[in-house]
Amino acid sequence: MKLARRGLLFLAVALVGLLAGPLLPKWVLFLATVSLAKGLAVLGLLLLMRTGLVSFGQGLYFAIGGYAAGLAADALHWGDAVPMVLLGAVAAAAVAAVVGLLLARYRTIFFAMLSLAFSMIFYGLLVKSSALGSTDGFNVAPRTVGLVAAAGPRGQLAVFGLAALAVILGAFVLDRYLASHLGRLAPAVRDNELRVEYMGASARNVVHLNLVMAAALAGAGGAVTALAVGHIDPQMAYWTTSGEFVFVAILSGTASVAAPFLGSFLLELLRTLAYEYAPNTWQVVVGGAMLAVILFLPEGLWTLLRRRARPSG
Amino acid sequence: MATILAVLIDGIIYASWLFVIAAGLTMIYGVMRILNMAHGSLYALGAYAAASLAGTWLARGYPPLGSYAMLVLAAILVGLVVGPAIERGLLRFTYGRDEVVLVLVTYALFLILEDLVKLVWGVESYFVSEPYGLLGNVDIGPLSYPVYSGALVLVAAAAGLGLHLAIRRTRYGKLLTAVIHDREVSAALGIDVNRVFLVTFTLGTMLAAVGGALTAPTVSVVPGMGVEVIVLAFAVVVIGGLGSVGGAALGAIIVGLVRSASVHFLPEVELFSIYLVMALVLAFRPRGLFVAAEARKI
Amino acid sequence: MIPILETRGLTKTFGAVTAASDLSVRVEEDTVVGLIGGNGAGKTTFINLVTGYLKPTSGTIHYQGAEITALPPRQVTRRGICRSFQIPQVFDSLTTWENLLVGLGIVSLQRSAFVGSALGDRAPEAAAGEMVERFRLGEWRDARASVLPEGVRKLLDIAMALAVKPRVLLLDEPTSGVSAEEKFAIMDLVLGAIRADRVTVLFVEHDMDIVRRYAQRILAFYDGRIIADGAPAEVLANAEVRRYVVGESAPPAPGDPC
Repeated sequence: MKLARRGLLFLAVALVGLLAGPLLPKWVLFLATVSLAKGLAVLGLLLLMRTGLVSFGQGLYFAIGGYAAGLAADALHWGDAVPMVLLGAVAAAAVAAVVGLLLARYRTIFFAMLSLAFSMIFYGLLVKSSALGSTDGFNVAPRTVGLVAAAGPRGQLAVFGLAALAVILGAFVLDRYLASHLGRLAPAVRDNELRVEYMGASARNVVHLNLVMAAALAGAGGAVTALAVGHIDPQMAYWTTSGEFVFVAILSGTASVAAPFLGSFLLELLRTLAYEYAPNTWQVVVGGAMLAVILFLPEGLWTLLRRRARPSG
Repeated sequence: MATILAVLIDGIIYASWLFVIAAGLTMIYGVMRILNMAHGSLYALGAYAAASLAGTWLARGYPPLGSYAMLVLAAILVGLVVGPAIERGLLRFTYGRDEVVLVLVTYALFLILEDLVKLVWGVESYFVSEPYGLLGNVDIGPLSYPVYSGALVLVAAAAGLGLHLAIRRTRYGKLLTAVIHDREVSAALGIDVNRVFLVTFTLGTMLAAVGGALTAPTVSVVPGMGVEVIVLAFAVVVIGGLGSVGGAALGAIIVGLVRSASVHFLPEVELFSIYLVMALVLAFRPRGLFVAAEARKI
Repeated sequence: MIPILETRGLTKTFGAVTAASDLSVRVEEDTVVGLIGGNGAGKTTFINLVTGYLKPTSGTIHYQGAEITALPPRQVTRRGICRSFQIPQVFDSLTTWENLLVGLGIVSLQRSAFVGSALGDRAPEAAAGEMVERFRLGEWRDARASVLPEGVRKLLDIAMALAVKPRVLLLDEPTSGVSAEEKFAIMDLVLGAIRADRVTVLFVEHDMDIVRRYAQRILAFYDGRIIADGAPAEVLANAEVRRYVVGESAPPAPGDPC
């Protein structure tokens, strides 16, 4: 993912967005904020895919981020939104550090299914927990977002700014990481894990680290989403949420940094329309589009997912 | 004492249900190297079809015992119609692609089928509980169980035995074994691999549908029942070893007993405990309990 | 003098099949040893055992006097034993340059006390440039590994093994699948590249011309056993070696029709 010029362009767009914010209709600003937040989760997923893994359970970390932010506001009575986002990222990363102890040993289908299972286990826990509001969840209402009051249109704009900031930071860190000696190991693990081991590095540690990073990004995204929506519920951990991340990831590929966010925006737009006119066809649309992409897009996109020999010992 | 017995019996009943579903999943993987993420939806389809067919039968006032035939008929229909439709209409175009791509394809299918069910049957839940209680109860010690559950156990045992014999004794079973071991060599030997795939997938679909159909009278049939199942079936198949039907049986028993124990003593940790056991098994046998030897790679 | 690499009674069985039987070898530092033998004789099994890819059924492996028998490939590599593969194991979606950087980057990470400083370390790029020069990979520097011709892939595979600066280098058929002229070129290149570093080399080879030219000592394998071990002249004159490895049949007994 090349940052440099494209990154500056993106920054410019974000600034324009911020300046134009007061002029945009509320729903566009809202969709843009949520797209940025979900795009963060997709960015993390792209890192995993670059390592050769598809996770069907990023919703786990997305939800942890959201619930962490929510609990910080509700139970810990934190006032400001900014540390909530940080908490979301850290909490998700912490869980990934533990879950990764098992998950990092597995690849392809095992990994995919285990990640799905973990997110659904968490979903089950959330649904069964009356303290957390069960399927209804609860409201998230910080008092301030940085220096701005959270309520009202200025608050909404501030959350958008927070989202943009998180995205810029996340994308920057990711870009630097991937260009570093550590980050370069990701595609190496994907291509030929045996070789990586035979050069003295631990493929499992690389996967574990990338899991934690992807989780931090998803956690931050979840926290921002919670702030933007003002509410959290277990749906964030449901398998279809994770599925949407996968869909956007496949669609956007690693060509540009902006792609995951544009893809997310398109998805949110489509979803709003679909729910208006045909509420029970949304999964058909996502699933159908996914199939279309998989079956008809040139092989080139699948270099993301190609795998090679694994050490058996 | 009564609790131990209850845990055991509930465990066996649960295991039977799990086995029927997991057997199909593991077979499809073993032969086609596809982890069918949509398996849960096929189960759901079986349940919905059974609820509809049996429900209509009973509503029309036909002899209640016939509802059992309706359950089975529904499962068979789903298997024979949906199975080939998916295999010929979609999967056929994806063979030879990366394993991950195949998972994505079945995942997309999963999404589509979940909504399709909602489109056809709506989002309310269906209750067709008559067949469950119809055969009456039987007393085992201090406990009382519906005879229906016993029938479920028998069906699972029959399915297991049938599969075992079919694979070992019939010509088709030998073809299956060949393809499981090496698809390319089998094709080179003249085996119609595509036909084997079609039959396997249809059989797997039917098994999932049977699981769903037999479950329908015991639960409320709702959207989302599919995803719970795939998460459980996956644990069973992983414990047993991907591709092994015998492993699916053992895995089903283990998961059935764990789940039963959890439900009786600490219900909140049900799914968690199942996956904990799975993690433990994987810690000692990373590829499951029954696993085929791997050829040398370097 | 402690041999740099030693195996004692190394045995590996897979059920009824014995892939390696009682292999006992002492290798002195800074020597070049050729491993010869027919297919399935146990040469690659030997390399797989020494590098930790396979666990021996019995026997021990020692490196610089210390036992390394139970260690996995990752640890064996870090101690200083590297290998190349019969089928070159490279990173197909990365360029030649990036392939080399992976290994050099790993070394950089391992040698620095603080990961952060390693992340900004430019030394690997310099070392990669030097390796591209040394192995004449300049023409292929920015080509993806998946499009490289076989000989170049082999070179890259070996270069990557050398990137981690081993003391012992095990080459598994470094010249197979490559044209006759290229064979010598590859061996010259590789052995020239490590001359200054006093690297011990063991190479598996089927081409007897290559073996005769480069090996200072030969280990002949047959049926999982080592049937001869010594200077090239005497090993290649050994009757068993001639029969089972080189493929020359024994002279006809008197009275035979042919």
